Amino acid sequence: MGQRFLSLWFRHLLTDDAARRRPALLMAAFVLAAPDHGRMVVTAANYLAQAQGIQTGMVVADARVLLPGLEVLDDQPERAGQLLRAMALWCIRFTPVAAIDLPDGLILDISGCAQLWDGEAPYLAQIVATLRDNGPTVRSKGYDVRGAIADTIGAAWAVARYGRTTPIIEPGATIDALLPLPVPALRLDPGVTNRLARLGLYKVRHIAGMARQALRSRFGNDLLLRLDQAFGREAEVIEPVIPVVPYIERLPCLEPIVTATGISIALARLLEALCTRLQQDGKGLRAAVFKGYRLDGKVVQAGIGTHRATHHVPHLLKLFEDKIAMLEPDLGIDLFTLEAPTVDDVEARQPSIWSGTTGLQDPRLAELVDRVANRFGKGCIHRYLPAEHFWPERAFVPANSFDDLALTAWALTRPRPIHILATPESIEVAAPIPDYPPMHFRHQGQLRKVVRADGPERIEPEWWIDGARHRDYYAVEDESGVRYWIFRSGPYTGLPSSPWFLHGFFA
Amino acid sequence: MASTNHDIITQLRQEILQLQGFRPPAPGAAVDLGLGPITDAFPNSVFPTGAMHELISPLRENAAATGGFMAGLVSALIVSGGVCVWVSAARQIYPPGLKAFGIEPDQVVFMDLRREKDVLRATEEALQCEGLAAVVGEIRDISFNDSRRLQLAVEQSRVTGFLLRHNPRYYQPVAAVARWHITHLPSEPDPGMPGLGHPRWNVELSRVRNGRPGNWQLEWQAGRFLCRPRQMPVEQENPHRLTG
Repeated sequence: MGQRFLSLWFRHLLTDDAARRRPALLMAAFVLAAPDHGRMVVTAANYLAQAQGIQTGMVVADARVLLPGLEVLDDQPERAGQLLRAMALWCIRFTPVAAIDLPDGLILDISGCAQLWDGEAPYLAQIVATLRDNGPTVRSKGYDVRGAIADTIGAAWAVARYGRTTPIIEPGATIDALLPLPVPALRLDPGVTNRLARLGLYKVRHIAGMARQALRSRFGNDLLLRLDQAFGREAEVIEPVIPVVPYIERLPCLEPIVTATGISIALARLLEALCTRLQQDGKGLRAAVFKGYRLDGKVVQAGIGTHRATHHVPHLLKLFEDKIAMLEPDLGIDLFTLEAPTVDDVEARQPSIWSGTTGLQDPRLAELVDRVANRFGKGCIHRYLPAEHFWPERAFVPANSFDDLALTAWALTRPRPIHILATPESIEVAAPIPDYPPMHFRHQGQLRKVVRADGPERIEPEWWIDGARHRDYYAVEDESGVRYWIFRSGPYTGLPSSPWFLHGFFA
Repeated sequence: MASTNHDIITQLRQEILQLQGFRPPAPGAAVDLGLGPITDAFPNSVFPTGAMHELISPLRENAAATGGFMAGLVSALIVSGGVCVWVSAARQIYPPGLKAFGIEPDQVVFMDLRREKDVLRATEEALQCEGLAAVVGEIRDISFNDSRRLQLAVEQSRVTGFLLRHNPRYYQPVAAVARWHITHLPSEPDPGMPGLGHPRWNVELSRVRNGRPGNWQLEWQAGRFLCRPRQMPVEQENPHRLTG
């Protein structure tokens, strides 16, 4: 089955939007205007204004002559893009591939989607009706929209805007549908259209049969390209608003879901389906996003991450457990999707006969870490690897993953404390002679008498650090056997306030 | 006749132990932690792995001694590449310092949480996880019910748990098999050698389920515990010479 595209055309996109925000405008003729070369030019006119002969491109002063009571609103240049983007996101419930078609349309790739709605006619009818419906329901979008379905993007675009008969062009009927349409339906430059019109070429059928060489030399390559795209001889790509994730599962619901139990069931089904697919491909997910499309057009979502690729459904369900409560269904969710933006290969593991500890590669450990990281934040898990530094604060580095191996061995040659203070605490010290361990020191008002001592161990900062002072470390023991790690920062000065610090405790 | 009575009493004791939830370790699974005579204080003279131990340190200095002693225990538990999970809210442990007690610091997974409540929850999660060698939770105060939850998790997963209680506000009993107090003792360098000797601790087992509490002196030497014969504290001679 070939590709099918749906083109949506919002005839009064900007004015409809303004009227939606200010319902009083529905009954009035008004235009949107933007300054251009020092005068105000109409950029959009609603249908009442158009009925009075006001067109886009007119100067506002001229329009006021035609219609003295004309209301003029400021145009926001970014507005059309924002509206179309929101609309394209909303259309995700009908197809995963939705693209913006500036200035006033959307292109949807609906290949294989329409059959879920019992065919293309009901499918198109539902989209258009939902967008057009200006009734009191929350679904109402209130846009004057036309849609068409065809084999190619060009044909769908043309039929949506210029079609007179049927909005659905059956597969293979593209050429017949396009031939009677006017030339602007080919998405041409206005200059080219004007030149064609001057030559009396008004319809597509007038130019479709002409020699390509003649067309190229007179109207440029663009015309041929557009012709070929419309007839399906040239491929055309669209850029979806949401990049298509290869691993995605969708679950449309007959009735909107409002309960947490319902959401859990939806999640369980989606996980089941996604994990089956992943398992068949030998993949596991590293991140998953669960989205609910609400009736009011908003999207609620919850995401999880895993430390190791997995397709273990109970584990993933447990990770999502806390997050479900945070999804607000509001009036109800009518479509759930579950996507895995990042997947990794899963290493097949040989199950061991006896359950011993398998260390850091243990999947149970990975699951534990996922659970904790998802509940308390990703930054709370740490594992450290040795680093080739003598400076105590830099003697270890955080590991990126559980697969990282220590590149060097942990140093054992020098005494290192078991407890360390995050910032060394200042102490007052009395030392008999320079570079000798202190006799006693005062820490937080308490005098500790040093009975035994080891040291000094001089640790120099790296040479590229300017102005840093070396440290002379001593391991000292007081009368009760408590062991401290103290250091003097910089050389001995002889001053009573020589900079001594307590840095840690030995076991 | 006397020997028969003795046999019967021993057997009854075993049955009582089992009724009280004490499970003897599977044959071959018992780990010798090298604690020597301290092991005899526990039922069946086996150090209870797969259970929860509570270590109390009122002062910061004690906390270091407690950390060292516990690191020595953990190092015996993770001998064959096992993993230790260390849950805490205000971690003071210096990872490279663990190496001196036989633990490869990269075999330890630290979970640093913000609140005590989170530590408790994460510790429970970790204790439920089979396949870990040991779980350390730095929890200052824990209610009996919470400790019971941890104990139940441990009974299911057979993971050895250590509760490090630094400066606790309450000393009421919790559902742990043993309560330890570790304090520093002055070290004795080898005769004729200067500097510090091996770390030496006073190990007090103040509460032990179905066992005998006691008091021992331990030294950490060359990667293993060494139990020292009990010494009466000798009166220190005055180091200062009185003059005048």
